[in-house]
Amino acid sequence: MKLFLIVCVMITAGVISTQAADWKQFRGNEANGISRETSVPTALSGEKIAWIAELPGRGLSGPIVVDNKVIVTCSSGFRQDRLHAICIDEKSGEQLWERQFWATGRTMCHNKMCVATPTPASDGKRVFAFYSSNDVACLDLEGNLLWYRGLASDFPNASNSLGMASSPVVVGDVLIVQVESDAEAFTVGLNAQDGTTRWKIDRVQRANWTSPTLLTAADPEQTRVVLQSSEGIDVVHPKTGVVEWSYDQGASTIPSSTAADGILYVPSNGLTALTRPQEGKAAKVLWQSAKLSPATPSPLSYDGRVFTLNRAGVLTAAAADSGEVTWQLRLRGPYSSTPVIGAGHLFAFNEKGFAQIVNLQGSKGKVVSELDFAETILCTPAIANGALFVRSDGHLWKLGQ
Amino acid sequence: MRICCIARTALGAIMLSLVICPTVFAATSIAELAQTIKSVGDQGRGNAAAQAAVQELSRLDSTNLEPLLRHFRGASPLAANWLRSAFEAIADRSIKTSGKLPGPQLEAFILERDQSPRARRLAYEWLIKVDPSVTQRLIPRMLSDPSPEFRRDAVQQLIGQGTQLLEDEDTAGATTAFQRALTGAVDDDQVKAIVKSLKKLGQTVDLQTHFGFLAQWQIIGPFDNRELKGFATAYAPESKIELEKTLVGQLGDVAWQLIRTDDDYGTVDIAKQVKNYKGSVMYLTTDFVSDTPRKLELRLGTPNAWKLWVNKRLLFARQEYHRGAALDQYRVPVTLQKGRNVILLKICQNEQTQDWAQRYQVQIRMCNASGSGVLSAGSKTQANDTKN
Repeated sequence: MKLFLIVCVMITAGVISTQAADWKQFRGNEANGISRETSVPTALSGEKIAWIAELPGRGLSGPIVVDNKVIVTCSSGFRQDRLHAICIDEKSGEQLWERQFWATGRTMCHNKMCVATPTPASDGKRVFAFYSSNDVACLDLEGNLLWYRGLASDFPNASNSLGMASSPVVVGDVLIVQVESDAEAFTVGLNAQDGTTRWKIDRVQRANWTSPTLLTAADPEQTRVVLQSSEGIDVVHPKTGVVEWSYDQGASTIPSSTAADGILYVPSNGLTALTRPQEGKAAKVLWQSAKLSPATPSPLSYDGRVFTLNRAGVLTAAAADSGEVTWQLRLRGPYSSTPVIGAGHLFAFNEKGFAQIVNLQGSKGKVVSELDFAETILCTPAIANGALFVRSDGHLWKLGQ
Repeated sequence: MRICCIARTALGAIMLSLVICPTVFAATSIAELAQTIKSVGDQGRGNAAAQAAVQELSRLDSTNLEPLLRHFRGASPLAANWLRSAFEAIADRSIKTSGKLPGPQLEAFILERDQSPRARRLAYEWLIKVDPSVTQRLIPRMLSDPSPEFRRDAVQQLIGQGTQLLEDEDTAGATTAFQRALTGAVDDDQVKAIVKSLKKLGQTVDLQTHFGFLAQWQIIGPFDNRELKGFATAYAPESKIELEKTLVGQLGDVAWQLIRTDDDYGTVDIAKQVKNYKGSVMYLTTDFVSDTPRKLELRLGTPNAWKLWVNKRLLFARQEYHRGAALDQYRVPVTLQKGRNVILLKICQNEQTQDWAQRYQVQIRMCNASGSGVLSAGSKTQANDTKN
């Protein structure tokens, strides 16, 4: 009996370890840009590049890592109307499968963006690939199509001539997709099993490139989804879309909120820290700081601090409980991608493909490693299985083991 | 006893037919499975049944690839993606296990121009993975193909030939090659490349005619769009177009006036040719004469909010301001009647003050599904009308 229990614990630990090693959506499993991995390459060099895979067309979407598979989306063709979902073996870098689809919605984008801008998401068994054309393809991990939705067919005016960028999140058996533009705006909860609409809520008609974030809790049933728009934030129940509480003092439409320890850090009036109200529906504001004003990259919260990157490429660290700035460090910008944090280090990739790693474990951040990838990098990287994954339009790199 | 014999005989006949005609059985199954997939609709309707159908289709072997392609005909864009996934699963498995695909059947299918352009292109993209020689055999014949992607490849080949001939100083040959390329070119990057080369060769191209831009309109305005309220307000032209009438506009009486554009890309620049009335609405109308009833597309590009009617039927409305403008930014299907078709455009300007928010313009063209310009009957040239 004792041996049986030990075996069960070991199996469970192995499963948890495997699940924790995955990076299943934009900004990771908790949609906050933080990896719990303790062994991540913090000294970048050419020797650390485990493999490079070639990719077709264009793509700003970040890679995700599920069950030792790296999945990326791309878009190609003269009109960017070819949508790709590509699966690469995490260990070898060999392509396992590729599936293509034809865009059913509009594909016009700003030159800097492309149709494969939103990062895909996974629940561990399925991959949900979402594109600026408002196409959603659900595949299993072997590349078999499970379902397809063309949200533009249902909502023809939900598009943005500059392109759409919101990455979906999956909570339990619901895929939450934000589709917000000037002409039509909504968020849907799709049933992960078959792609039918479980709920839909109308949102303010204003172009919005932010992505949902998660307010996680020890009990997964208490996880809530944070939807951000120019009006502020709404915190909704993932199964019903019911708004439980809100903040209506406005927010940015580009960098997305982040959360840690039940506190939400919203790009609003600089940066605003919020928490759930004890009564009523209006969020409780803990602090606001105009000195913390994220540009395109979303803020991060880690180890009792919040971090923002501004337009000038200045990384600012502040106390998470007060917003008081503790240090600043000039990095080499400009940045589109949101940095990620793992093993006490922040990994930042600028638009020209120059990577800098900042050690956060001292009284002040310090750049400890740099590497020039010499290609435009706009995606937010992934950390999984002791490695770092980042892509440009034409390549996907693995750095690490 | 007799009944048992009959039953045994019938069962034997059925078993024999399955052995002799497995493809007939498989073809029936493919038709049923494809029909299930083609029944997918809005809001995810039919997805559960389609999921089961695509899984079953995906398990078939490569002899079923060509029959499967035939079922793309009539499939909605959503359904086409489902069918595509089944095709790719079968083809992928076939290449990984045997390195082969049913080449002759796929090639024959590609040449059937009345089949789904997407299905034909799908077949081609997979066939060239195992037989790259297909490209040279097929692409040169596809300058006027219904598939825009085949045409693009054929045009690119001719651009390459023309460029080589130009380098070889064969100007006559180069001119012929580029002019031929232009007959199939619908993508702006290729058109620009061809026009640039033809210009070097002393040839000019009428881009308005090539693309089918509507360059002459009657225009009236401004009407009030302050606080963006004019977008939803139905001013007089929306109920009746009376070209001789004077109406009360935003700033006083307004009357219809002729406006033409000489811009190569047919852009009617209201801000420059009329005035940049901030917070205003302008209406534009023109006639399009069609020899026959037919389905075409109106493709427009504008940084302003807009509404489009044809023959008093509202085709589409979009309220977006200053998020960019591009050729073929919007594609609106239109069914034309024989004879005169009245096109009415409503273009709205907002009150933004940023310097990047001052454009007040529209560009619109009539074309077929593959993007070839179509001209109003009786206009200066009918050349484009005969293209696919």
